[in-house]
Amino acid sequence: MPRQRPNVLAGLGSLIWLLLVGLPLYVLLLATVRTRADYSTEGPLSLPAQWTLQNYLTDLSNGFGQDFLNTLAVTASVVAIVLLVVPPLAYAIVRARGRATGWVFRMFLLGLAIPAQAVIVPMFYLISKAGLYDHLIGVILPTAAFCLPVCTLVLTGAMRDISPELYEAMAMDGASPARVFRQLVLPLSKGGLSSVVVFAALQAWNGFLFPLILTQSDSTKVVTLGLYEFQTEHGVDVPGLLSAVVLSTLPVFFVYLFARRALVQGLTGVGGK
Amino acid sequence: MTAAPKSGAGVTRPGFVWAAPAAVFFTLFAIVPLLLVAVLSFTHWDGITEPRFNGLDNWTALIDDPVMIQSIGTTLLLTVLGVVLQTPISILLGVWAAGHQRNRAVLSAIYFVPLLLSATAVSVVWRAVLDPNFGVPSQLTWLFGDGNLLGSRGGAIAVLAFVGVWQFTPLHALIYQGGARAIPQVLYQAAAIDGAGTVRQFFHITLPQLRNTAITSSVLMVVGGLTTFDTVLILTQGGPGTDTTVSAFYMYQKAFKSFDFGGGSAIALVLVAVATLISLAVVRFTGYDRMHGTTEGL
Repeated sequence: MPRQRPNVLAGLGSLIWLLLVGLPLYVLLLATVRTRADYSTEGPLSLPAQWTLQNYLTDLSNGFGQDFLNTLAVTASVVAIVLLVVPPLAYAIVRARGRATGWVFRMFLLGLAIPAQAVIVPMFYLISKAGLYDHLIGVILPTAAFCLPVCTLVLTGAMRDISPELYEAMAMDGASPARVFRQLVLPLSKGGLSSVVVFAALQAWNGFLFPLILTQSDSTKVVTLGLYEFQTEHGVDVPGLLSAVVLSTLPVFFVYLFARRALVQGLTGVGGK
Repeated sequence: MTAAPKSGAGVTRPGFVWAAPAAVFFTLFAIVPLLLVAVLSFTHWDGITEPRFNGLDNWTALIDDPVMIQSIGTTLLLTVLGVVLQTPISILLGVWAAGHQRNRAVLSAIYFVPLLLSATAVSVVWRAVLDPNFGVPSQLTWLFGDGNLLGSRGGAIAVLAFVGVWQFTPLHALIYQGGARAIPQVLYQAAAIDGAGTVRQFFHITLPQLRNTAITSSVLMVVGGLTTFDTVLILTQGGPGTDTTVSAFYMYQKAFKSFDFGGGSAIALVLVAVATLISLAVVRFTGYDRMHGTTEGL
């Protein structure tokens, strides 16, 4: 934006916001590198009298590693399911002429409006009936299903940007839909695909509601549920709790550092849910 | 795979099979539960024995339930607070971050950090930060008084609304940033030639041009507000008393704590109805179903 003068008002406002965002993050990070006693006597705002990494080590030896691996398994599976079913669906929505595909697209648009909160009771019923209660797969399936509407919308948008001439050129060569999909559609919707992967991964990694109602054992616990239980059971150990928060956010943070573009696009997909 | 129907200039098109796996999967794990919630709302179910039909019992109980009425009021209040507080801040931040200055890029990177935290993490962090004995209020007594912010209805609602702002503003700012960057520069150049300053440009060009973005963002805020759950569960447990018991939390409590799954389903159905009405209205207004590009409507 071509502006000559610095915008003082905007600068001031942005500083206030920086303070609001920064304060809890400051407390969060400092609390993790001080002892419990230090935190309660010195308060959250002062610098630690003595720095330590013990909180992180304690978390890791108290089963946080297991939670971490469970969440990783859930995330990878959700992304795999999404990648398996959404690209063909989006291709069909953009290119097929049938009425049925139109109806499917409308179903997914309506699906955007279904809040996960609204279906937790029947989901509990279905997953229990299927014998999947307290199994990771029981968390994976509904989590993936609730990623589909946004992912479909994002990918359909990306595929609509592919020019019709390219399809026609491939048709001249007598290419089958499968070949068009592999050689034209997939390569040209890479941007959309990476947004979809990031969106699904974030939903799965940060998901809380489905694990909360569909699992109960330590062996199936995911990190968000681990945080919640830590808070209810050992809430007084603030440094330990906040270290777990930091550990649970590390993977997302690394994605943010190295693939910020994809992350931002994945987040804004349709604004996240 | 079936042979694709040919049409037009010999262009091969994918058949319905391409859409089928996703359609079946989504039907099983989203549409069926949605229909089932309606059925379950007419049953008595304790979560252990089989559900059995009890007619309109859950619904009549719901209408007479003062907590339910209160929870709807609280939910609406939090939703309105969310839209009213988050919209202006998001617009300002988003438009500010849309500028390409170096310092803005650096600061934006920090601003968007709350987006990386799960709702659970956000709530856990704020609970620790606001703890009356060991949190920030104990350090800044001149600002917080006795520091027990979550001890009163007003305080607890204010905290929930504030944490909502902290958590969701960056997301909406990102959406507005996208919207602001899509505004044609020509408009600003023309305005600058006419001698319009930054403030006038903001009100006469930026704001009107962000209209569609504002619709998208507000809808997300409304649906998000109506389904507020994590922050309530972790920060207030619906308290003090039932003062911050929002509908989604009340549903969870009823079903999974009081084992009245039928009653919980009835509340869920109310939630679905409201959310669906709103998003149907949105699909209408924004023309999402006729959308033809990646960034349209954002």
